[in-house]
Amino acid sequence: MQSANFLWWIPGLPLLGSIVAGILHFVELRARKRSPGDRTYGATAAWCAVAAVGAAFVLGLIGFGALLEVGETGTLTSASWRWIDTGGFDVNVGMVLDRLSSVMVLVVTGVGFLIHVYAVGYMKGDPGYAKFFAYLNLFVAMMLLLVLSDSLPGLFVGWEGVGLCSYLLIGFWYEKGFPAEAAQKAFVVNRIGDACFLLGMFVLAGLFGSLDIATIDAGVRGVLADPERQGQLALAALLLFGGACGKSAQIPLFVWLPDAMAGPTPVSALIHAATMVTAGVYMVVRMNPLFAACPNVLYFIGTIGALTALVAGSTALVQRDLKKVLAYSTISQLGFMFLALGCGAWATAIFHLVTHAFFKALLFLGAGSVIHGMHEEQDMHRMGGLRKHMPRTFITFVAGAAALSGLPLLSGFFSKDEILAHAFADGGPYLLLWGVGIATAAMTAYYSWRMVALTFFGQERFDVATVEPHESPAVMTVPLMVLAVLAVVGGALGLPAVFHVQNLLGDWLAPVLAEGNELLFGAAPPHMSPATEWVLLGLGAALALAFAHKGFHDYRDGTAADARFASERPAAARFLGGAWGVDKAYATWIVQPVKLLAFLIAVVIDQFAIDGLVNGAGAGARRLGMRVRRLADGSIATYGLWMGSVTALLAFLWMWMGVR
Amino acid sequence: MSWLALITFLPLAGALLLTIVPGDRTTLLRGITFGVTLVVAAMGLAVWSSFDSALATAQFVTEREWFTLPGGTVVHFKLGVDGISILLVTLTTVLLPIVVLSTPGHIRIRVKEFMIWLLVMETGMLGVFLALDLVFFYFFWEISLVPLYFMLGIWGGERRLYATIKFFLYTVAGSLVMLIAAIALIYRAESSDILELTEWAAASDLHVQGWLFAGFALAFAIKVPLLPFHTWLADAHTEAPTSGSVLLAGVLLKMGTYGLLRFGVAMFPAAAIEAAPLFMVLGTLGIVYGAFLAMAQTDIKRLIACSSISHLGFVVLGLFALNQAGIRGSVLQMVNHGLSTGLLFLLVGMIYERRHTRALHDFGGLAAVMPVFAFFFVIAMLSSIGLPGLNGFVGEWLILLGSFQASPWLAAFAVLGVIFGAVYLLMATRKLLFGPIVHAENRTLTDLNGREIGLMVPVVLLCLWIGVQPNAFLDKTSASIDVVLERLDEARADQRVGRAVEQDRAPEGAESR
Repeated sequence: MQSANFLWWIPGLPLLGSIVAGILHFVELRARKRSPGDRTYGATAAWCAVAAVGAAFVLGLIGFGALLEVGETGTLTSASWRWIDTGGFDVNVGMVLDRLSSVMVLVVTGVGFLIHVYAVGYMKGDPGYAKFFAYLNLFVAMMLLLVLSDSLPGLFVGWEGVGLCSYLLIGFWYEKGFPAEAAQKAFVVNRIGDACFLLGMFVLAGLFGSLDIATIDAGVRGVLADPERQGQLALAALLLFGGACGKSAQIPLFVWLPDAMAGPTPVSALIHAATMVTAGVYMVVRMNPLFAACPNVLYFIGTIGALTALVAGSTALVQRDLKKVLAYSTISQLGFMFLALGCGAWATAIFHLVTHAFFKALLFLGAGSVIHGMHEEQDMHRMGGLRKHMPRTFITFVAGAAALSGLPLLSGFFSKDEILAHAFADGGPYLLLWGVGIATAAMTAYYSWRMVALTFFGQERFDVATVEPHESPAVMTVPLMVLAVLAVVGGALGLPAVFHVQNLLGDWLAPVLAEGNELLFGAAPPHMSPATEWVLLGLGAALALAFAHKGFHDYRDGTAADARFASERPAAARFLGGAWGVDKAYATWIVQPVKLLAFLIAVVIDQFAIDGLVNGAGAGARRLGMRVRRLADGSIATYGLWMGSVTALLAFLWMWMGVR
Repeated sequence: MSWLALITFLPLAGALLLTIVPGDRTTLLRGITFGVTLVVAAMGLAVWSSFDSALATAQFVTEREWFTLPGGTVVHFKLGVDGISILLVTLTTVLLPIVVLSTPGHIRIRVKEFMIWLLVMETGMLGVFLALDLVFFYFFWEISLVPLYFMLGIWGGERRLYATIKFFLYTVAGSLVMLIAAIALIYRAESSDILELTEWAAASDLHVQGWLFAGFALAFAIKVPLLPFHTWLADAHTEAPTSGSVLLAGVLLKMGTYGLLRFGVAMFPAAAIEAAPLFMVLGTLGIVYGAFLAMAQTDIKRLIACSSISHLGFVVLGLFALNQAGIRGSVLQMVNHGLSTGLLFLLVGMIYERRHTRALHDFGGLAAVMPVFAFFFVIAMLSSIGLPGLNGFVGEWLILLGSFQASPWLAAFAVLGVIFGAVYLLMATRKLLFGPIVHAENRTLTDLNGREIGLMVPVVLLCLWIGVQPNAFLDKTSASIDVVLERLDEARADQRVGRAVEQDRAPEGAESR
């Protein structure tokens, strides 16, 4: 443990950037009253924000360097802030950089930096330019707080903070009605998860008498030894996972994420693909001893993950909106990560989190570039043939799609395969999850290449002369290229054992995960023979290639395949198009009843029943009221008289009763 | 003259001064009022900073004989501040100048009378929190109600008469019940000193405690207001002028929760333990019921009024968790609610002054024309829904933690309030600020001016400060709360002994007491 107060600056710098950008926004608003076109402050704000995230990335690297020197289980810790004294225990918040949080810091600031740069180009000309960067920087600050906090309440500050930024950014274009509604939905659905998280914290506070993560990690064994408290441990794990379901868009709380696409595309890339939505995954890994102590909860998590992957993956097959495909794909990939967690494959979940951050951020930014070049068109049925018009976007987008679909040797191939291998190796009931996973992987390849074909190949299904699709400026395409490289080679972080090279990420994270692994597997973690592993790798590669080919082939000449599916299987098309009817079920079974209940309470119970009684009593006093109104004529003397006589009356009453 | 007496009666002196100022000199009237409240606020802050957190007993005590009751009990003029009242006293003194600063927007007629009532009210409210003599307390309790009655009746909205009568009836009912309980208590204990009464009451048996507790608790429950005595609140809030609403939410409702702690839990611990399940259930029901009420409202001011029912449900829930975290959270949440709801009422008042409507469907898209207003509204909203980093979270979190220790099921139910709170406030925010501008009148609205921004800045800073460094506030209260908890522990121990004795005697068929 090495003390390092500079860690506070990692979230601190983006927070400062956010404040500066926010002030510049209001300064700009004032300036515009004099000269309406003023944009100078906006540009300054944008570069301040970019610099702040860049500096945080550099600090992350410095921290990473320091971490290399403090040994396997060493950590860097800052002085901690004594936040809330509950009377029983203190809630402290400190920053801690260990092997796990360092990976997250680098992903958040690294990918965050690229997306900030991209947004400088993408958001150019928006009247809320400075405000956008204030929100974006605030988001990065909150995400870093979430990742670096050494206590659950501290993590929760970041947890709700990123939710707030998500709300503000989804609703960034609030003048249109829908983004504002989507923002509200995102916040409320997340709040359901957060309420579970709160309760989870209270259970843990009762069990451990502290909410410091290190204390909980160290105390799990002790609690586990006490059979009476085992159930509470599982309850706490389940409740925390409920929080993760909200933040990371898992069944049944995933409905907010597709709507969240109403926000600007860099937001979708940063918040709703690369970082915030993975907070739930990070939290489970962070608390790995707790979850490892509850194998049943883990299996439940794996099941939810696999189901979410399947439901969202199949929904992505039929979407026409480019961003919607990516949104459902994100939900599906998050499902894969939770499947990994369910198998106790903590490092693998983080591995997929990292590669997904690369290729999904890339895909979203590529989609943004397309939408930008197509003048806000998002319907793939009105695209096509764009590879001629935007070659750089095309190449990088293909790299991202290839990584997502798990084509051999690309990043997504290795991380997804490692997840499925773990499910297979765990055996027993996990084989079922493995089956769901492999089916979803096939779908992933199919919709990825359908998306590529519909967008970039075939005839132009729009009027080329009026739309004039164009390539985006370098400030947008350079981040695309960097991310494309990462999406292609990112798999090198976690090569499978049969390659006989070091699994860089797995080995790096191993010390942090030792306690969880030991609690879950004991001395003998599930093992696979190299032959099985080769077979699984081969199967994954073959499936990906086959379905990628089929997806591409079906759609390279146009949208006919969609029409055919809709006419031949109308019920299935509707079912998948509406994401298995989950949204509609919410509207029917939760939203409407709540509204009805609110109406019943407000009108029937409150106004008729309770107030009816009150008004009955009040009618008798109406005459009194009339008289009082006459008294209230504004003259102080009258009031004085009134007050005096009432006081006298009360005094009389009181003495009379007192004497008795 | 001691500090506390000066703080309490300076506003009253100011009110007297105002009576000789001609009614048409409105600027002078406002200036004097503002000056007086500012001086009182400065003194309030001085008391705050020199308050010794380590002491559990009342500080800055000033005591003088007042008069003798029939029967020989001497009533004292006695003021003092302890950990239970310090936050509310400071909040009151700080809030008043802000309220005065907000009046130019909505108090245009009878400025003189309004300012006089405002100052009288300040004396009454401070007296309620500072009085250490029950008779004196009751005196201030009544004094603080009269001004609001007139504020509602004269400067109120269209349905002010109805709201005024309703407020009056509820209040009188509550006051009378309390009066009877107070007389009974003083008569029995032969003292009116609150500290002596507390000693006496804690030592008396459960039967006596129970009846007295019921009397006080009913009066305070109406004031809070606790379900099902809440229906006066929405009407009073909706019809009151902005400054009246701010004071009502910010301070007057806290007289109820303060009373529940001082005269309920602290004075009658054994009875409070017996009644705790009832109050926790009512608090929890209030949280959810108030949230549903708020969801159904179309009038923004009424919506915020209903949200108060929900928020004060949290305070009552925490108080009757009867443990450290719960009571700490409640005491802090009293202040938090005053700040965040006060802020919301101020903002709604500002928009009402511009548009003369409070119906949500008359708005939409205001963020585009009034960005500064939108900024403050969103912060107030976030503070109200308990976003971590702002004040509301700390109080709510402590209350939920404490009530979870006392009753996990109720806490799990109360957490629904955290979700529904987001539902109705975000809905209101969306309908007010976001979406397209559908009404042409809204296009030309002017954003907040310097005065309006200036009066909100201190409140926002306080919200942030409490959110980030709540210990600065919690520490002030802890010693006094510890004493309350000790009494509760003693009462619990006594009850266990009592039950054991009862069980021993039961087979012999002897009387249980």
